[in-house]
Amino acid sequence: MPVKTRGEEFAKGLWKENPIFRQLLGMCPTLAVTNAVINGLAMGLATTFVLVLSSLVVSSIKKLIPSQVRIASYIVIIATFVTVADRFLAAFFPPISKNLGPYVPLIVVNCIILGRQEAFSSKNTVGRSLIDALGMSSGFVIALLVLSSIREILGSGTLLGYQVLGTWFEPWIIMMLPPGAFIALGVLIGLANKVEQKSSSRR
Amino acid sequence: MELLAIFISAILINNFVLHYFLGICPFLGVSKKIDSAISMGLAVTFVMAITAVVSWVINHWILIPYGLDYLQIVSFILVIASLVQLVEMFIRKISPPLYQALGIYLPLITTNCAIMGLALLAALKNYNFLETVIFGVGSGIGFTLAIVLMAGIREQLDLADVPEPLKGAGISLIVAGIMALAFLGFSGMIK
Repeated sequence: MPVKTRGEEFAKGLWKENPIFRQLLGMCPTLAVTNAVINGLAMGLATTFVLVLSSLVVSSIKKLIPSQVRIASYIVIIATFVTVADRFLAAFFPPISKNLGPYVPLIVVNCIILGRQEAFSSKNTVGRSLIDALGMSSGFVIALLVLSSIREILGSGTLLGYQVLGTWFEPWIIMMLPPGAFIALGVLIGLANKVEQKSSSRR
Repeated sequence: MELLAIFISAILINNFVLHYFLGICPFLGVSKKIDSAISMGLAVTFVMAITAVVSWVINHWILIPYGLDYLQIVSFILVIASLVQLVEMFIRKISPPLYQALGIYLPLITTNCAIMGLALLAALKNYNFLETVIFGVGSGIGFTLAIVLMAGIREQLDLADVPEPLKGAGISLIVAGIMALAFLGFSGMIK
């Protein structure tokens, strides 16, 4: 495999290896917190924080971690940063922390984060791991924003709390409820596959 | 009565998969065949029941008395990871046929967010010991119900004419959405 440039390393997370649309990782928080854009954004940023810092730590101490206990070590590192993120949200943004509920602590079992440590940070330099983590988390944030915008607009006619659809619009309550999350994500993944097929057949 | 309400609600109303969105990865990954779905469901139910007990003990006997609740996340995840290892060794010794049946599903459970979610939700809801155990078993059965139903539908889906881009994850998620819609009918059963 040819060595990727920094730009390619970053960009692969956005589309080609997008954690949600292409790799189908981290589905639980994706479905659970995307009923409003603000929740999706908060979850995206919290995950970014944890992923970037864990990648930084794991890639810098990778030589010190014996390979038999590496998964356990990664989990402790990740759990530490998740605790920081959880306490931070609870202290400074109590309403958001309340909305997200158990899903902030659950970042610890988000497969994206552990997956990147095992697949990338444990084998690459600090710099490359940082770029990879930033790219992957941007892809995650973008996917959360797309899904939560769709659900918020259709489910309550608002975007970030502002009314965007007129009074003629009858909100689809279903989009705010669990079924809406499953169906919207299913359709989005279908669309992503369609786009990917089109672009790869052109090549 | 209270306990029965928790049990029924964990299975039908606040179903872990269809309401809390926990355990989506195995739900999508291991629901291609009914028998593997049943094994996965059993393994999860088993680990959930034990996790419920252990996490309650840790939370109420160690973390809360010493004011260490901020260590909840770290300690729960470590407990779950080591617990799954222990359970695996234990089953291999005690009942090799069961070990064969559960196979690779046991280690996979460590990264299953449903287990972590169970420990956190039980702590969040402030359940007492008995309630926590009932909640754990009920949630496990709820997970099993959802994944087995899903596997049944997906076995039929293989024969259906699904548009190419929706094959695999896309159609599974849409089916899950319709299932969640059906399960919404149970809400209001217990208030």
